[in-house]
Amino acid sequence: MTTFQPPAERIWWKTPLGKEEILWIGIALVWCLIMFFMMPFWHVYGKQNLSNEAYQTTPAKFKARVDEMVEKYQTGEEGGVPIVTPPAGSDIYLLGRLWQWYPILELEKDKSYRLHLSSLDWQHGFSLQPVNINLQVIPGYEMVIKLTPDQSGDFAIVCNEYCGIGHHMMLGKMIVKE
Amino acid sequence: MAQFRVCPDSGFYFDKSAEQLMKVNAVAAVVSLLLAGVAALGVILTRWQTIHLLPADTFYMVLTSHGINALIFWVIFFEIAVLYFASSTLLRCRLAAPRWAWMGFALMIIGAVMNNIAVLSGKSSVMMTSYVPMQAQPHFYLGLILFAVGALIGCFVFLGTLIIARNEKTYKGSIPLVTFGALTATIIAIFTIASGAIILIPTFLWSIGYINQIDAVMYRLIWWAFGHSSQQINMAAMVSIWYLLAGVLFMARPMSEKVSRMAFLLYILFLQLASAHHLLVDPGMSSEWKIFNTSYAMYLAVLASMIHGLSVPGSMEIAQRKKGLTKGLFEWLRKAPWGNPVFSGFFLALVIFGFLGGITGVVMGTEQINLIIHNTMYVPGHFHATVAVGTTLTFMALTYLLIPVLFRRQLFLPTLAKWQPYIFSAGMTMLILFLLGAGTLGVSRRHWDMGFTGAALSFDYPGTAYMMMALAGIGGVLAVIGGAAYIIVTVGSLLFGKKLEASAGIFASFGLKALAPEVYNVDKPATLERAEKLTVEEHGSAGFAAPGTFALAMLLLVSFVIYYFINWGYLSSVWPIG
Repeated sequence: MTTFQPPAERIWWKTPLGKEEILWIGIALVWCLIMFFMMPFWHVYGKQNLSNEAYQTTPAKFKARVDEMVEKYQTGEEGGVPIVTPPAGSDIYLLGRLWQWYPILELEKDKSYRLHLSSLDWQHGFSLQPVNINLQVIPGYEMVIKLTPDQSGDFAIVCNEYCGIGHHMMLGKMIVKE
Repeated sequence: MAQFRVCPDSGFYFDKSAEQLMKVNAVAAVVSLLLAGVAALGVILTRWQTIHLLPADTFYMVLTSHGINALIFWVIFFEIAVLYFASSTLLRCRLAAPRWAWMGFALMIIGAVMNNIAVLSGKSSVMMTSYVPMQAQPHFYLGLILFAVGALIGCFVFLGTLIIARNEKTYKGSIPLVTFGALTATIIAIFTIASGAIILIPTFLWSIGYINQIDAVMYRLIWWAFGHSSQQINMAAMVSIWYLLAGVLFMARPMSEKVSRMAFLLYILFLQLASAHHLLVDPGMSSEWKIFNTSYAMYLAVLASMIHGLSVPGSMEIAQRKKGLTKGLFEWLRKAPWGNPVFSGFFLALVIFGFLGGITGVVMGTEQINLIIHNTMYVPGHFHATVAVGTTLTFMALTYLLIPVLFRRQLFLPTLAKWQPYIFSAGMTMLILFLLGAGTLGVSRRHWDMGFTGAALSFDYPGTAYMMMALAGIGGVLAVIGGAAYIIVTVGSLLFGKKLEASAGIFASFGLKALAPEVYNVDKPATLERAEKLTVEEHGSAGFAAPGTFALAMLLLVSFVIYYFINWGYLSSVWPIG
């Protein structure tokens, strides 16, 4: 009966610590600092970082820019969704809406693109599979990330933020050419 | 007027109104857990792709109900009971403002019922997080608001009771560590509930048309200051209960009052930054903001948890060694009462919380690593380790103590109770490991069909992902069976358990004496004395007092370091993102 009794010493904050406690606190603190500094370290030396470039926007404004890109660079269609082949290095746009990712982007391997992401209605989740890159897509906000595909093939964009009854049908595609 | 009774088995003093309030809150908690458990079965049998039990709309409704009942109603009802216990019972003090406490309870019940009605009507399947601009029915939000106000009243009753105890000098010296931990939980709860009110009240007004827009990023930021911090209430409550049970079971005392209390203080100072964990791949926040907040300012709250992780089993080890269980590193642990569900539940919760919940939480809360984890099954994998095993199993263990002590009933089906923590944690561990695995393969959480039936395009997750979801399904069913066992034992004990008159000797094995029969015959409990002084050489002297615990802590650290860097390795293999 002691953890639920008042401390034995009136001045309990002056009692000395046991060895294992001092040692453990020291080790744990060092580990915490290592984990903390890993994040800025990766910003400098790692290749997977968000630039956190973002703008406020409106669904109408964002849709206009997507439509503009689709009109300029459309090269095909699949499942009723246009396939767009924008030039390497350009700004590319992807919108999420109930329940579709629009359009299908066709990119070149090892080229960088500035991908703009937003939603026209509810929140959606951009989940590029099987690469496994996951981003939150929020209406009213336009997120920009620099993306450099280093694999070729067809990739799926799964919606991984619950967005209503058709959520499981919200599947998009990204094509990366050699 | 005599209003206290002494529990003849444990020696705890119960104030009459506090006792009744603890009982009703605990019962409401168990009912919420029952609802959550039934819903859990629907969720798990739908995500097990070969069974795929429920249609999409029912699945999302059931998933919403599971989340809210398990994460909000079950834990908070139970926590209010714990707060009253940690104040009134432990400090031997009458409860402050019992009428207010009853009103708080009534509001919580009304809120919980209202919210459940909204969800079960099928028109508020917005998930626990209810992200705007998806809209639920107004009484969905109103129910949560009323529930939160009720819980807030409970917090103030707790604080009032501490003040009364101090004024009436019902104890000597400083408040006990367990009460200190409960105070930590209360302070975090007040911050949490205030955040909930700040975002849910405008959202409610938006749902009835008085406000025309709620900013989605602002909603996420403030909602998670409520949603994540409320899990930190659980954590502070859970750790306090660990200390309590170590004390009840082993007559243990904290390795160091100073260190344990400092660790609780770190919780108060830093845990609230955790809202950022959910916004790491959101637009609108800078990397500096994300790094500072997601790491609780240099992982100081993680440090606190690591300290408790040593201190709780360490205090138990020291107590056991004092009883002569000194052979090797682990005799103290091997000879612990593994057949007593109070102990097995508590210790399994501690181990699984640390090794699975703690490590995965820090890994996925790392700014960049979150890119490969956000909204995948990894997330429910993590929080089932923290909340569904850590908090829930701890509360279950405490229930087995409260049934004889608070409810004065003998355990119904004691053999079932004995096996319950093992069944539940085995099922949960399996569920957790395979959810983590499926998440690593990119399987989405909150998703009705990983086969994407009806989509215009197609995509197949690897076969391994399907297998992992099936194995998670088996684990989940086992966990539901374990949960059902808990409900059967608890409800059965209250309905059919033999009433305990005088001491039944249940705690005789812990070295506690029978004190008095159950009647309210005490006007004023004896003042709570300080713990006995330890002889100086026992602690702070050369040599390790708890070498076994230190070895376990090092094992945790090594697993932590390896797993942490494995995930960085995995991150480095995905496409470069700038």
